Amino acid sequence: MNPIVQKIMPAHLLILVWALLCAMFAPVSAAQLRIEVIGGGATQIPVAIVPFRAEDGLAQKLTPVIAANLARSGLFRLVDAGGMSPVPHEPEQVNYPQWRARGADAVVIGAVSKAADGRYDIRFRVLDAAKQTQIAGFVYFATESQLRLTAHRISDVIYERLTGDPGVFATRITYVAKRGSRFELQVADADGFGAQTVLSSNEPIISPAWSPDGNRLAYVSFEDKKPVVYVQSLLTGERRAVANFRGSNSAPAWSPDGRRLAVTLTRDGGSQIYLINADGSGAPQRLTQSAAIDTEANFSPDGQSILFTSDRGGGPQIYRIPVGGGAAQRITFEGSYNVSPRHSPDGKSFTFIQRNGGRFNVAVQDIATRQVQVLTDGGIDESPSFAPNGRVILYATEVRGRGILAAVSSDGRIRQRFTADAGDVREPAWSPVVGK
Amino acid sequence: MIKRLILVSVLLSMLAACSSTPTKEQDAAAVEDRSGGAVAAAPAQKPQAPAAGPVTKPLQPSTVSANPLKDPANILSKRSIYFELDSNVVREEFKPVVAAHARYLQQNRGVRMTIQGHADERGSREYNLALGQRRADAVKQAMQLLGASAEQIETVSFGEEKPKATGHDEASWAENRRADLAYPND
Repeated sequence: MNPIVQKIMPAHLLILVWALLCAMFAPVSAAQLRIEVIGGGATQIPVAIVPFRAEDGLAQKLTPVIAANLARSGLFRLVDAGGMSPVPHEPEQVNYPQWRARGADAVVIGAVSKAADGRYDIRFRVLDAAKQTQIAGFVYFATESQLRLTAHRISDVIYERLTGDPGVFATRITYVAKRGSRFELQVADADGFGAQTVLSSNEPIISPAWSPDGNRLAYVSFEDKKPVVYVQSLLTGERRAVANFRGSNSAPAWSPDGRRLAVTLTRDGGSQIYLINADGSGAPQRLTQSAAIDTEANFSPDGQSILFTSDRGGGPQIYRIPVGGGAAQRITFEGSYNVSPRHSPDGKSFTFIQRNGGRFNVAVQDIATRQVQVLTDGGIDESPSFAPNGRVILYATEVRGRGILAAVSSDGRIRQRFTADAGDVREPAWSPVVGK
Repeated sequence: MIKRLILVSVLLSMLAACSSTPTKEQDAAAVEDRSGGAVAAAPAQKPQAPAAGPVTKPLQPSTVSANPLKDPANILSKRSIYFELDSNVVREEFKPVVAAHARYLQQNRGVRMTIQGHADERGSREYNLALGQRRADAVKQAMQLLGASAEQIETVSFGEEKPKATGHDEASWAENRRADLAYPND
């Protein structure tokens, strides 16, 4: 009956397991999410990714991961990199006019060799095909288990240098997968690869939220026949009930310093927002005072204010309140149902779910101008959250009665769907950028 | 299986409790003994050792004789209160159920119960959790007005997470907008 808590498996172990599975059940259907892209950016940067020298011998080739990352973002168009003679791995081997003729604005080249300490030496360069100059060049040292992460880091460099925004390929996502009657809290790479179950339970799990350091998840579990807020370490698998008061305990949100959580408690009657210590110590400090529902708190990136959902005015709308307490101010006015606010990383806007007719769509509102842009038209969208670079919003939706994850660029142009092999997937949240 | 055995043993003990003749009571106890491990779950049913002269007997704890909660003919076996869309008003047709449970709590001050609120699947999971809580709280408030004490009732919500009906239409949604009354030994 008790949920099983699992530590994130060391990557090398995972790869071993994966390799075994490959051997046993080829073709593989590992528990991972596949991503399909719908639409594309207004202008896509044409980029050629040349296979790195000696990457063929690696357990995990790098350039296919990099190419898939860039293509999936919708901001790049991959230029055919085949048939060049010689295949360029060093800048002096690059025939710029040929790449220009193929339409490439940028060319990525690289090489892999074995370093003295046994790790792989991976060096790559991003070249400007028009100016014939180097835009970026880095060396990474990686063990075999770090090859995929290295490919994501290289993707981040390329993305950042060519678009001006930080890349988020080396980040992770969490979500809840429902398989039959079982609920699994999972963590996967941002490309859906390498999903690992960190909590498995016969009772529902909702509202996972990343700590700012990316090492802990807060979530709501119903394993005790009522909603209780837990904080679980992804490093050790240890967890603790941090809000388990009489009544319901839900909707955890981290303060930017990772020390406190805003939670919704009903211990004093009605659903109200309280601040608690993230380790569960001390007494809850009540933040909202209303006779209505106040829930779904979300801290502003500067830690000064909190957005939340309240139906104090009738239907649910989004309000803002200073963290130190004070009067709440309503900030959504379009439509009769606006819920689930989440700040953008720069704090200038927030994403939320707006009901239009009978449809629930992802929207973004600029905090200063109050301008609203509805980004999706799916109809049953839930739980939106920004990627740490603010360019993409991850959310849950439904296709043919099955829960899936989807993402939309914050300008609404590019959409992605994450499709799992089996089961219902919901309650996504994108990790912060850590350990750069 | 074990639940069924317990149910059987409880029903038998109910028969025993109703009976006025000691022999029957012993018969019932004997049957109960044969039900093996399940008996352990109902220790209060164990037969008294025979003794000469007057025999004192402890009063059966209310949870054991609380058969009205499980008697399908008793209104206390009704445990679900349904709500209209976006509403937490206890409808007229459910008031007798609420009243019966309130009276039961009033008469059994040691009894604790949980009211579990639910919501349909549309919209935010957390907001729906709060809507379910509001429904549970509304039932609690009605029961308090009818004599139950606040300490006896904990209200919690499952939101949209534990649907009774899994369809995506109004009939299913209506089934899922409810509050369930749960006692510790259900």
